[in-house]
Amino acid sequence: MLYNEPSPLEVKILTKRFGLANSESLDTYLATDGYKAFLKAVEMTPEQIIEEVKASALRGRGGAGFPTGLKWSFVPRTSPKPKYIIINADESEPGTCKDRLLMENDPHQLIEGILIAGCAVDSHKGYIYIRGEYRYLIEAMDRAIADAYSHGYLGKNIQGTGFDFDLYTHSGAGAYECGEETALLDSIEGKRGVPRLKPPFPAVVGAWQSPTLLNNVETFSAVPAIIRDGGAAFAALGTPKNGGTRLVCLSGHINKPGVYELPVGFNLLRMIYEVGGGMRNGKKLKAVVPGGSSCPLLKADECDIAMDFDSLAKVKSMLGSGGTVVLDEETCMVKFAQRIMKFYAHESCGWCIPCREGTVWLKKMLDRFHSGAGQKSDIPLIGELSKNMLGRTFCALGDAAAMPTISIVEKFSDDFEAHLNGKPCPYQHAAELAMA
Amino acid sequence: MSDLIHLTIDGRAVTAAPGTLVINAAKQVGIEVPSFCYYDGLSQPAACRMCLVEVEKTPKLQVACTLPVAEGMVVHTGTPQVHEARKGTIEFLLTNHPLDCPVCDKGGECELQDMTFRYGMGESRFIEQKQHTDEEQWSPVVFYDKPRCILCYRCVRICDEGMGVKALGVGNRGSVSVIEPNMFDHLECDECGMCIDICPVGALTSGTYRYKTRPWEMKHIGTICTHCSDGCKTTLGVRNNEIIRGNNRDRSGLNGEFLCIKGRYAADFVNSPERLQSPMVRRHGKLEPVSWSEALTAAAGKLSDVKARDGKFAVIGSNHTSNEENYYLQKFARQALGTNNIDHHRTGDVATLLDSLSGKKEALATTADLYDRKAILVVSSDLSQQHPFLAFQIRANYRHHDARVYTVTPGPVREQSIAVRSIVTVPGQELAEVESLRNQLQTEPELVILFGDAIKGDAIRKLVAFGDSLGIPVKYVCLVDYSNSRGASDMGLSPSSGPGYQPLHSPGLAYDEILAAGDLDVLWVVGANPLKQATLASLWATQAAFVIVQDLFMTETAARADILFPAASAYEKHGTVTNVCGEVQRLKGGVQVMGAKPDLEILGLLSKEMGVNLGMWSADKVFEEIRKNVRGYNVPLPVLATGGAAQTAPVNGRVPVSSRPELIQSAGDTLFTSGTLGRYCKKLNSTLEAPGALYSGRP
Repeated sequence: MLYNEPSPLEVKILTKRFGLANSESLDTYLATDGYKAFLKAVEMTPEQIIEEVKASALRGRGGAGFPTGLKWSFVPRTSPKPKYIIINADESEPGTCKDRLLMENDPHQLIEGILIAGCAVDSHKGYIYIRGEYRYLIEAMDRAIADAYSHGYLGKNIQGTGFDFDLYTHSGAGAYECGEETALLDSIEGKRGVPRLKPPFPAVVGAWQSPTLLNNVETFSAVPAIIRDGGAAFAALGTPKNGGTRLVCLSGHINKPGVYELPVGFNLLRMIYEVGGGMRNGKKLKAVVPGGSSCPLLKADECDIAMDFDSLAKVKSMLGSGGTVVLDEETCMVKFAQRIMKFYAHESCGWCIPCREGTVWLKKMLDRFHSGAGQKSDIPLIGELSKNMLGRTFCALGDAAAMPTISIVEKFSDDFEAHLNGKPCPYQHAAELAMA
Repeated sequence: MSDLIHLTIDGRAVTAAPGTLVINAAKQVGIEVPSFCYYDGLSQPAACRMCLVEVEKTPKLQVACTLPVAEGMVVHTGTPQVHEARKGTIEFLLTNHPLDCPVCDKGGECELQDMTFRYGMGESRFIEQKQHTDEEQWSPVVFYDKPRCILCYRCVRICDEGMGVKALGVGNRGSVSVIEPNMFDHLECDECGMCIDICPVGALTSGTYRYKTRPWEMKHIGTICTHCSDGCKTTLGVRNNEIIRGNNRDRSGLNGEFLCIKGRYAADFVNSPERLQSPMVRRHGKLEPVSWSEALTAAAGKLSDVKARDGKFAVIGSNHTSNEENYYLQKFARQALGTNNIDHHRTGDVATLLDSLSGKKEALATTADLYDRKAILVVSSDLSQQHPFLAFQIRANYRHHDARVYTVTPGPVREQSIAVRSIVTVPGQELAEVESLRNQLQTEPELVILFGDAIKGDAIRKLVAFGDSLGIPVKYVCLVDYSNSRGASDMGLSPSSGPGYQPLHSPGLAYDEILAAGDLDVLWVVGANPLKQATLASLWATQAAFVIVQDLFMTETAARADILFPAASAYEKHGTVTNVCGEVQRLKGGVQVMGAKPDLEILGLLSKEMGVNLGMWSADKVFEEIRKNVRGYNVPLPVLATGGAAQTAPVNGRVPVSSRPELIQSAGDTLFTSGTLGRYCKKLNSTLEAPGALYSGRP
């Protein structure tokens, strides 16, 4: 099902079946070009498939934005070991809610993308690692997989092509950290989900010590369109080096929150005011989290920006996983920092010291600060502790906690000053955060 | 050498082998890169982030414990950025640390203390509430104090990778992560204490040492563990004449940091209230305490009397007494008493192995070989239980060098989990099963064969012939039970061979014959307890001799003594012992027990009392004689003096003696038993796992 009205500004590539009757069914999928890209890919050489994906300028949709075609080319196709494809459906980033729609409304598009990846890296086995809280999606995916098996789109000799592929779902157990690709690998192997040392990278030594291709749901879901219509066509939708469309999860203090498929490089202000229907109750824009809670925040005057990886990098933020959270003038940024640090302190896996101890210290300090017991020296300390985590943790979770916090304390120091000397939170009468 | 990597660390040119980690390359030139989680020989979790260093041309600080050296790399370990990072990490670590150093066992030898002192920031900015959880007892040996834990995972890794037990894991996540025992609220494991010693802080503490003392209040005495034959060096922590712990944190000795429960915690027999502390003489059928001079006079008088009337003597020696004592004892028997009726409980057929290997060079494996050699074959031994250090070496070899391990055992053993082939066999079929491995073994570049007491006599000759036929270099270890079983054999506690396996023209009575002999005048038992074994006890039924016993405890045999001398344990005396691989190491006494005397002193005093001159009875003097007279024992003294191990090599000639294979039998001690000593070790017996069973398939 869908949760918001589509916007006329959307460019519907991945979501083109959203809204069709029984969009999740195999019948609907087959009636709308389903599995044609796979049949085309089977006729192509692996090199051709990878070249096509490279040409699409598709970049990983999980958050890091690594060029997908390049990643595929790292998998040693000729390795005698089995090669695995793992689909990261552990969507847990606060503000991000797109993979669920792709799995719910068009699971076969995902399966087809996986099959094409299988052809490209000579893999015959895949696991969809689904966030444990998405219980209903595991069932939905299992139904789609069963349908695909019974109609010969999975299993032995798929559609008489001689290509075999087996696909399974695997449930996460409630850890944000398991969205980190190597922690996901440990988890899928039945271990405690903590990240692994890199190198070796999963492409070479991944699941069960074998070469493993790991991508996000949205990344795989984009592949059928790329193969069907050509990489160049996909690339042309976005900006240079940032191909295609993205499912943007617009949330926060806007009139029409929802998931919209927009070309990469779409202007952020247009996103808020044209796609998202503008600020709620006519309030002024204060800040935007551009791509999920791990990204440094943008102040209102920084928001006239193209939403692609490179433009955001220029203002020292990130496109991340597409979770765009819009905050209005009545948002307490201390409370906001406190809320996201609560998340990271809760989700830190505890493996390395700076993240384990840093997040919980910052959480305690922000709790105290917001309650009115803050000291002036806390304000620089929040930044310093965050910087003591930044770049020093084992995986990116520590950075993810540090980056937004540093940006908040630097860009919104007035909000912090306003909480000093036992004063009550100046925004305490304002509406609760949409994401809280 | 051209394949070395050249790099610069803090302005100093460093060359290192490819693959060397920056942390170790720095150590080579004396530059310390601090770390908590990094531990030589174990996997690298890169979790503590303490070893961050600056590498030119890389934007972020790099983790020195996982970064291999690269040609031209320029590393800085002392820049302000690096110091800031270290300060930051220490500050984070101390946020939830209780800072209870004044009462913490680890205080004074704590890596966190040292690091805080050296790299910390001096004052704390943390004013929030600390997290606290109560301490937990996991076993009589292991206690866990979570708030002190810095989660470096050394304990988890040493238990998994080093011990092959996997008894520890990590529970929860984030700042409430904890180390968890395998049985939820308690541990069932080897109770080796590796996790405790490897802990850089006071999170894991031992039941024997907890809250008893501070490290600087103890004397630290490096000696050799007195239990099994592996010959691990253990550093005894002694306070007020009590051994409070054993450890080997300085990694000296052949065992590095390895010790099992026996080496660490099984020293409490020394202070057992059941120790004999006064000589005793049997009067009116009852043993009564007497003074040393009275007992010595009585015993020397008896020996002299019997000698004067050409009576019949027999002597049983020990697997635990030192080489010097064994040498002196056989000298006493042969020279002063004029008898070859001397033997000991033989736990492995060393003599036949040496004979089979005569003429070969370097055919006896050292403990180091077990870590270095490419392939290992274990025949009929539950190595992890009977020879925990040898098993540890083999596991490390497998981990670091991909050693290929083969097992042929009568039941499940831990080594199976790392073996390329394991065969479970029935007694008598061992050699046939070994033969079935021929094709595989022939493809190995080299091999070490360890065998237990099931392989003895002709079976050893066949095994060596099999080894010869493989066409590859093969080394052997004849597994024996106790701390100086090998030394007893080498020193000539044997009716048919003297020191160094010199054949004797007129062999005396062997162990069983001695016990069964009804016509002995004096039976002298030094540190042995034959009556514990039912089969031997039945032989004793006809024993009518006057019995002199030297022992630590009132054993079954001691209870039959006519004169009983309280002997000192290995931890109370100096001397040397020879381990299962023939490596000689020095004992260093650490404590004294009132009333007891080392066996060497008892022997010396008896000879003096008898008016027989057998030479000085100081350990050093006797060892000098051993070096001259016992084949293979001319080992370099400086090696021993500095706490090293020197392998003896007595394999350059035939040993033309019958080894009486039927007499050879291991006592079958497990990890939690240790002959007589084990019976009086409270710590061993208090564990849930004791006594355990061999081939029981424990992890």
